[in-house]
Amino acid sequence: MTVEVLYFAWMRERVGHPRETVQTDAATPRALIAELAALSEGHAAAFADGAVVRCAVDQVLTDLDAPLGQPREVAFFPPMTGG
Amino acid sequence: MVARVQALPFDLSAEMAGFGVGAGAVVTFTGVVRDDGGDLAALEIEHYPGMTEAALRDHGLTAAARFGLSDWRIVHRFGRIPVGGPIMMVATAARHRRSAFDGADFLMDWLKSRAPFWKREIARDGSASWVAARAADEDALSRW
Repeated sequence: MTVEVLYFAWMRERVGHPRETVQTDAATPRALIAELAALSEGHAAAFADGAVVRCAVDQVLTDLDAPLGQPREVAFFPPMTGG
Repeated sequence: MVARVQALPFDLSAEMAGFGVGAGAVVTFTGVVRDDGGDLAALEIEHYPGMTEAALRDHGLTAAARFGLSDWRIVHRFGRIPVGGPIMMVATAARHRRSAFDGADFLMDWLKSRAPFWKREIARDGSASWVAARAADEDALSRW
């Protein structure tokens, strides 16, 4: 499937761009992370600490081990710091 | 019942015009950029266009149902905000004070660690560093 992957905050900086289109058959966000981390050194750096990776699937916060389904858009970002 | 994300400053008095008419209690909170260490120039706030607005609205509706709010408003800015500038506001209206205070407190705790915003500190020398999530903010959310 074709998925639009978005990155925010320092993960975006490490990857080097805010979004990219990828082909994947990953079953979970965690499996997708493993594929993305292999794309470049920047991607690997962005995902180096799995404990701080948060994920939204089609703009809904989602557990990294939840079924990925057939999403249009998957976003990865560090813990949020609003307010 | 308004959730809004914007770059420009907001005007609290304009936001409150017509807010919570008929309520017995109205609470407002405004967050302001503060300089704890003496070398902060500004915050830069990033958000997730589309998701952020939807998440704010969902949570406002959740707070309204849980605390019996008759009206609520969340305004959160993004982009560069200098020290002393307003970052965000929440307002809640209810029949009684406790519901309005609790609703506002709940919304704030959620905004701190679950709303899709990321803060970066810009120092006076131009250097930038992302703000790390605080365990205390996560603990605060567990109260609810």
